[in-house]
Parts: sequence; C-alpha cells; structure tokens
Amino acid sequence: MKVLVPVKRVVDYNVKIRLKADKSGVDLTNVKMSMNPFDEIAVEEAVRLKEKGVVTEIIVVTIGPDKAQDVLRTAMAVGADRGILVQTDMPTDLGGVEPLAVAKTLKAVIAQESPQLVIMGKQSIDDDSNQTGQMLAAMMGWPQATFASKVELDDASSANVTREIDGGLETLKIALPAIITTDLRLNEPRYAALPNIMKAKQKPLAVMSPADLGVDLSPRMALVGLEEPPVRSEGIKVESVDALLDKLKNEAKVI
Amino acid sequence: MTVLVICEHSAGLIKSSTLNTVTAALKLCQDVHVLVAGSDVSAIGQSAAVISGVSKVITLSSPCLAHQLPEVLAPAISAIAGQYSHILAPGTIFGKNLLPRVAGLLDVQQVSDVIEILSDKQFKRPVYAGNAIATVESSDAIKLLTIRTTAFDPAATSGGNAPVEAGDVSVLGSSEMTQFVGEELTKSARPELPAAKIVVSGGRGLGSAENFAIIESLADKLGAAVGASRAAVDAGYVSNDYQVGQTGKVVAPQLYIAVGISGAIQHLAGMKDSKIIVAINKDPEAPIFQVADYGLVADLFEAVPEMTGKL
Repeated sequence: MKVLVPVKRVVDYNVKIRLKADKSGVDLTNVKMSMNPFDEIAVEEAVRLKEKGVVTEIIVVTIGPDKAQDVLRTAMAVGADRGILVQTDMPTDLGGVEPLAVAKTLKAVIAQESPQLVIMGKQSIDDDSNQTGQMLAAMMGWPQATFASKVELDDASSANVTREIDGGLETLKIALPAIITTDLRLNEPRYAALPNIMKAKQKPLAVMSPADLGVDLSPRMALVGLEEPPVRSEGIKVESVDALLDKLKNEAKVI
Repeated sequence: MTVLVICEHSAGLIKSSTLNTVTAALKLCQDVHVLVAGSDVSAIGQSAAVISGVSKVITLSSPCLAHQLPEVLAPAISAIAGQYSHILAPGTIFGKNLLPRVAGLLDVQQVSDVIEILSDKQFKRPVYAGNAIATVESSDAIKLLTIRTTAFDPAATSGGNAPVEAGDVSVLGSSEMTQFVGEELTKSARPELPAAKIVVSGGRGLGSAENFAIIESLADKLGAAVGASRAAVDAGYVSNDYQVGQTGKVVAPQLYIAVGISGAIQHLAGMKDSKIIVAINKDPEAPIFQVADYGLVADLFEAVPEMTGKL
C-alpha cells in the first residue's frame, strides 16, 4: 500500500521568532528552518508501517520554495521513497499558502498517486491552524482520525487509531483510504544516519508547479498585520513559602 | 446576519467552552443560534435554550451522532450553513476536529483560535505558539471561526428563553466508514482545566508518577485543576489530557502555579495569559521565572507540601 506524507518546512521549534520591522510578517532571514515536528512524527509512523511490511511505498510531498526540498531529503533519509515539491514562492507561514489551498493541492496529488493512506502532522508550528488534514478528509470524502497517539494497521482495509481528546483517549476504526493526523506521543522520530542522508540524495524528487496540478493557491484570508503579544512585566522572587502565601492572599488576592 | 454556534457537550452537560463561544458570537451579532447534536439531545437542547443571549436552538438527535463524529455531523452543518454569516465552534479538540471538515465541504478558509473579534470579517489570532498575534481578514461569504475559549468570558447559563427546533437529520453523513471502538476518559472530581480558576501544573521536576501526588494534594486544597507540561506527560507521569501548551490545552486562570516546569515556549503558549503566575523551581535560571509574578527558588519536594500544609 502507498502512503502519502505531506511535510512542511517551518522555523525550527527552538528559534525565538522576530517580527519584520514593518510588522508585515515574521523575519525568516538567516533563521534555522526544519521539518515541522508533527510531520517528522508522521514520516516516522509511515516508515514504521513500511518496516512492518504493511506499507510498500512512502511518498513525501511539500509545498514551498526550492529550499523546501531540504525537508523532502530529510524525510527520504529516514525512509521515505520519493518526494514531490510543489514549488511556490508565496509565503507558507502567514499571509500566503493557506490550509484550504494546501488541502486542494494534496487532493490533486492524491488523484495522481492514489495512496491508501495519508499520514500528516496535526498542525504546523508557524501558522498553528490545525485544519489541513480535516479539510482534505472532507474534500476526499474519507474518514479522518486526528490527533493520533497510536495507529494499528493490520491490512489494507482499515486502521485502528487511538486519539488524544479533551477528556482522555478515544479509539476509532476507520476504513481506508483515510487521513490520519499525528499528535506528539504517536512515536519518537529517529535521526537519519549519515549513509542514509547520502543515499537520500539519489532518491527521486519531482518538482512541479501548482498550475501543473491545476490548483490555485490564492489566499482567501488577508494578513492585515502582526503584533507582539503583550509582555508580562517581570515579577518578583519570594524567599519562602510563607512569603509566597502572603503575596497570594494579600497582594494578588487570588487565594 | 445570524451566527451559528456548535455546542460542545458531554455526559449530558453543556461544556463551558460552548458558553465562551456564545459570548464570542454575541460580539458579532445579537441573533445567535446554537446547534446541539448527539444521540438524544432533547435535554441538552433545553439547557442551551436558557443560555443568555441565545435566540434559537436547533437539535439533531440520531443514534449515528452518539459520538459526534465529524464524518457524520459536518455534512449536516454544511447543509444549513447558507443561513448563517458565521459558524463558530470552540477551539477545543472537539471544535478543531469538526469545523475544518465543515470548511473543507464549504470551500471556506477557516480562522482558527480567534482571540478578538474586530469586525464581522477581521479577527485576531495567535500564531507561532503565541509569539505573535496576527490580524486577519476573511473574504469568505460564510466565515468559520474556532474560538480560543480563554479569550471570552462564559455566557450566563440562565436568563435565556429560546425556542428549540428539531433539525434535519436526513442530511447526516454516512457513519459506515468510521466506527467508534472505545474511550478511556480520565475520571476526576476536580474542575476541568480550561475553565478552572486555579491550575496547579507539574513538570519533569516531579520525577515520577508517584511524586505527582504532591501536585494533586495542593490542587485539592485549592480547589484547583491539575495540569502538566509536555515533558511530564511524555514521561508518563500523567495522561495526555493534562497537557497545557501550544498543542495541548490553553488555560488562563486567575492563578497558575507551575511546579518543576522549566518554561519552554511551547508550554508558555498555553498559560501565559493567566492573571497571576507562580513558579516553583530549584533552578533560578529557568525561563518560567521570566513570566512568573511570584517566583520561589526552592526544592519543590519541600516547598509544595509545606504550601499544602499551610493553606
């Protein structure tokens, strides 16, 4: 069975972002970029399914600039078989390619590749929308199992997926083809070994344009502007539990 | 202009997230309908009808809706979407799972995690783990929003007198392709995290699941909810539904006590709008102290039991 894993190149999760001087976006100049952490988990899960023999081919796809090939190579270094870059110079974090446009692009890729399963991150850590998987499932008319913390796939007809929900855990049985979105505890992604990084450079990587897929990436939502969040004023250190309780009772009046 | 709010409920009760969402809806217009879906929601529909400010309640009762799966519910919402200018759902797992599926059916770019409503089309939302606030303008004819519940006060659960109508259950999606297998819900007498006035959270510094008991004792003394950092959840000290942060639950209580939590930006994203933040950590350099109103550099295994004892 073929699995499609959409991945995104985002600001590395350890980076403290800065806004551009004119507040029109986040300054990405000379900032470390990485694969979105939830997408790393998605790639890892697909690789594990391949190692179990349930999956035969893993295709990774990304939408972004030429540099986004890096995240495809990273995915191929841990076990994806080939990559597709849908090339665009529009911003992919804010005010550019939106979840709806990504879902439409992925729908077009699915039409070409006919995967039985799509495993993808539940959200990207730049835009934080948490929409694309659900939108894609709607457009395809497929089942969705979002926020997955456990995936069991015995054959090509269905999957048992445990989801992290507000009150605990929920398990669904979904018929394939389907969309699964990953949560933090699904697995711990491996690091790529150096020989595999070298080998990944030889794996096939196709570059196409949104027009090749017949999709229009024009945004529906305008980014009017960005601002810094309100800064909390620096607090004080207290010396003892007694001092703390005194402050909470008599100054903050919260207990 | 009429706004539809999707009701989140469980165990026969309306969740507080629905009340926050109604308040957000009332900032858009005064004609707010609430859609309640489930296996038999006649009683919950009556509870929704008395929420202050609600002008109509639509119920969808069907055995297929027992677990409110988006595959079943989203087509029914999209079928009535044309009557509304905006459709709102709480920005909880429930709403995040459901509303984008409706957006996909309607070809709408949803706006996630709205924290402020500037006009009928301009909204503020946090991005980059709350390290920036974006103002966005939607151009879609029907606007779909999920609401950051901590940014809006809950609507009053009484005072309303809205008519209750049964909606059309012939437009539900198929329940064939997705089967509910089971659930493991955390049973707790404590207040639910997002709505609690006080939250006590523990991190990696606790060291074990057994040690987490000191967090629970303090929380119980304060009538607080219990939360945790990602590190504590990953280490298995507590279950996933305790996680506070960028991708877990977002809380903004009157008092947030962070114990043994270093303060990664992903954690801060879930709690930095709390009114008063207390940090207890033995590392004076921990980033959590930069957002704490009151910091106590101490061994948590001494300080927390002492605090519990003196309350």
